[in-house]
Amino acid sequence: MRAYIPSYQLTTVTSLDDALALIAEEPGVWRPFAGGTDLMVLLEAGKLPHRNYVNIWPLRELRGIEIDSDHVTLGALTTYTDVQANPVLQQEFPMLCQAASETGGLAIQNRGTLGGNIVNASPAADSPPALLAYDAEIELVSRGGSRWIPYNGFHTGYKQMNMRVDELLTRIRLPRTTSDLKHYYRKVGTRKAQAISKVCFAAVLRRDGVRVAETRIALGSVAPIVLRAKQTEDALRGQELNDETVRLARETLLREIAPIDDVRSTASYRLRVAANLLVDFLMTARS
Amino acid sequence: MTTKTAIEFTVNGESHTLEVFPMARLLDVLREELRLTGTKEGCGEGECGACTVRLNGEIVNSCLVPMAQVAGANITTIEGVAHGDELHAVQQAFIEHGGAQCGICTPGMILAAVDLLERNPQPTEADIRNGLAGNLCRCTGYMKIFESVVRACQK
Repeated sequence: MRAYIPSYQLTTVTSLDDALALIAEEPGVWRPFAGGTDLMVLLEAGKLPHRNYVNIWPLRELRGIEIDSDHVTLGALTTYTDVQANPVLQQEFPMLCQAASETGGLAIQNRGTLGGNIVNASPAADSPPALLAYDAEIELVSRGGSRWIPYNGFHTGYKQMNMRVDELLTRIRLPRTTSDLKHYYRKVGTRKAQAISKVCFAAVLRRDGVRVAETRIALGSVAPIVLRAKQTEDALRGQELNDETVRLARETLLREIAPIDDVRSTASYRLRVAANLLVDFLMTARS
Repeated sequence: MTTKTAIEFTVNGESHTLEVFPMARLLDVLREELRLTGTKEGCGEGECGACTVRLNGEIVNSCLVPMAQVAGANITTIEGVAHGDELHAVQQAFIEHGGAQCGICTPGMILAAVDLLERNPQPTEADIRNGLAGNLCRCTGYMKIFESVVRACQK
């Protein structure tokens, strides 16, 4: 049933300082509201229990993509459209651009934000696997100061995050160390656009001759959180990229992930697809 | 409980100031307050694109936009696509090439196509498919819609 609109507050702030002051003064009362592409869906379905939101969409401090010699730094309100249009991201972080292009359709891409995709904390989100594979860091800011933390480890359980109620996610930082990596991103959904993932797979690999020098593998929709497949990575690191290594990595991945049956797919289908994507990634990286 | 506040915004070139709840959906305000019923509600959850409008020159799903985020914005709905009695090339092409069947998806399809052609006047077939990817048609009329947009590009 549709929500009762007058029971919801959406207060517009004009500066980041004002937003931080508001969420600090009444801890837990105010939550950030950005592009609304997830919260408005819950609102319409009558499934948005929290009532008070701070409208951070107008905050210029949270927009823009900055490039320096070591990092690309994205404001939390960077939209999927902004991501796809950026030439440095296209060149050096193609999986993030692909994730952005496969999230919703254009109208969603114009409103959905990277920061929202992170703190909404859906295990089926499409940009977090790419961010994890690229070793992103995120900045959390409160009235007391700011801290940069690795994105890996931020999600601690279903919709649980290593973040205080007086903090806002403000920026996402990607190290520009992708030049000799192979990138592999696949979102598997019911259709190519406008579909929620059954499995999402993002991985990078750097070879040293026939051996795996470095690899980072991240998956969505196979666990309560979007996760790095650390054990699978360990099984690959330093190994020669041969059939036996691929077989061992596949077995490790199947033990490491724990997908469920839900409206979009089944656990057994997700396990098979995740394993197949891993094998395809490794075969592609080998050739 | 919250109270209504005055939001000033422009729709199809006309300025409005309306007293609305901050979380009211742009879709409902367009249809119920301004009686611009050309914008349709399909799914109400950002999947179907029937409620597509342009907000500051970008297409959005108006069912997902709360009024607090419309303050100062410039909105174009299907009622603002034609120039007086002269239809937009995309509208004319939809009529000539059977792009509209039941009509519920049509306003959103046309706004998505108009948006595409303004950003990219010579789109490839892939660009057209991508530009319309967020708009669903349940009459299974995609080919006629696609052909209408191709014809509109040739004008």
